Amino acid sequence: MALIEARFNLDWPGFSLRVDEQFPGRGVTCLFGHSGSGKTTLLRCIAGLVRAPEGRLVFQGETWQDNAAWVPTHRRPLGYVFQEASLFPHLSVMGNLRYGQRHSRSRGVPEQRVSLDQVIELLGIGHLLGRRPGRLSGGERQRVAIARALAVSPRILLMDEPLAALDHRRKQEILPYLERLHDELDIPVLYVSHAPDEVARLADHLVVMEQGRVLASGPLGETLARLDLPIRLGEDAGVVLEGRVAEHDARWHLMRVECGTQSLWVRDTGAALGHAVRLRVLARDLSIAREPMAGTSILNTLPARVLSLGDDDHPALALVKLQVNGSALIARVTRRSADHLGLTPGLPVWVQIKAVAVL
Amino acid sequence: MLLNEADLQSIWLTLRLAGVVTLILFLVGTPVAWWLARTHSRWKGPIGAMVALPLVLPPSVLGFYLLVAMGPNGPVGQFTQALGLGLLPFTFWGLVVASVFYSLPFMVQPVQNAFESIGDRPLEVAATLGASPLNAFFTVALPLAAPGLLTAGILTFAHTVGEFGVVLMIGGNIPGVTRVASVQIYDHVDAMEYSDAHRLAAVMLVFSFLVLLVLYLWRPNARSA
Repeated sequence: MALIEARFNLDWPGFSLRVDEQFPGRGVTCLFGHSGSGKTTLLRCIAGLVRAPEGRLVFQGETWQDNAAWVPTHRRPLGYVFQEASLFPHLSVMGNLRYGQRHSRSRGVPEQRVSLDQVIELLGIGHLLGRRPGRLSGGERQRVAIARALAVSPRILLMDEPLAALDHRRKQEILPYLERLHDELDIPVLYVSHAPDEVARLADHLVVMEQGRVLASGPLGETLARLDLPIRLGEDAGVVLEGRVAEHDARWHLMRVECGTQSLWVRDTGAALGHAVRLRVLARDLSIAREPMAGTSILNTLPARVLSLGDDDHPALALVKLQVNGSALIARVTRRSADHLGLTPGLPVWVQIKAVAVL
Repeated sequence: MLLNEADLQSIWLTLRLAGVVTLILFLVGTPVAWWLARTHSRWKGPIGAMVALPLVLPPSVLGFYLLVAMGPNGPVGQFTQALGLGLLPFTFWGLVVASVFYSLPFMVQPVQNAFESIGDRPLEVAATLGASPLNAFFTVALPLAAPGLLTAGILTFAHTVGEFGVVLMIGGNIPGVTRVASVQIYDHVDAMEYSDAHRLAAVMLVFSFLVLLVLYLWRPNARSA
């Protein structure tokens, strides 16, 4: 079921937004794009902080905006995390957390879905409650801001680059909390980001934006594997696989991750058995063979089927989309190799994975 | 005794006038400042200029127009007569009305600056947390603008204490009713009572200095908080 139907037409000097999309009702949807691509504006339109002169927004069957209706922000049952924590400096951490609870009675939040205690525990801010925002570190501040947005028991959480203002270390400090949110709360999240690593770790659904338009929208794995429109998360094309830890090999410090019916051996990160992990596989780290190879250093060789071939940046190279069970991979090979191997859609091949990054 | 009965009476009257005017301006000036800080209306410029007018206008000019307006044939005068209040000139409340106009910019401008420096973000945050605009005004905008409000209150009070020209135009010089400290000093000088004038002037000088001292000492703390 589509959770959000959003259609917005908005014109500002030097910028226009033209969006007509449906966003899924669960999981994390990342709005990904460069600055100026309109992702934040889209989020603000959905929150009602910007009113597109022409638009329609239906949230779980409730009309928040159309030609006749306009529900102001404070009546929309949402949580919003801004790029800067924007805590109220005149209130303590606890005062900030309670602020939304005090004022949220009038909007369509049927029951307290998330208790304050649960939120405090989830974000690990129990020891900060009595402090003033001015006495918190940047990372702590942003955790409090996320907790504050969750404390109103929103039916949807909107996050506008919540980590962009933080340095690498603070970011690494918060990402695990966001992953917990993803795993433990059943609240759909719209997450604006231009950072590939955040998208790779958090997104279930990817919406790629450029110049106020949606370029591509779909489940993360599918969208990243599109050849007609190679979506780069960072420097190179590649996909993200989801799996669970199935086995540890203490002797070689490896762990086996089950992705569907296939398994990949990767470096042991210490993740517990049964734990969900995400793997990033870049196109440049795959090679294709017609026969399973003996005497190779490569750990992971999987049977696959060629789905399609597409162009790469250089005329000498091609991107090959491969089907491995349920998931898609993309591999980069030279045009010559593709020709030598006779790669055509439907051909069974072996794909060799030289490197896998555990996210 | 440093000051005589009449001096004390004029000081008490001055403080009462300044207190009442400051209170009224908190109620009137804050919404005006809020509107000026937030609006994108094309009336922002003209209204802002009108509010600032008493800063540059000679007090006698302002006093003259107010006198005419509040007089028996002026619109305000006819209104107050219709209400059965009589005429305002040469009464304490006439002084209050005139002083509210005269001190308006001293309230509105600092408060407007304070509201503007808060920016949109805290109010957006309040909205996403379910606070209506009115709620957000009282729970976020006012507390964040508190230092500005305090500055404005002190400036308004002090400025009203120091007014002279408008008082003379509207209130004349009635002991216990409109004879405020600045007028009392003028009277002393007029009557060649220089030592009396000296004492009262010294009190005013010390008062003004103390007010400004408090303002300047306290301000840096407000910034760093």
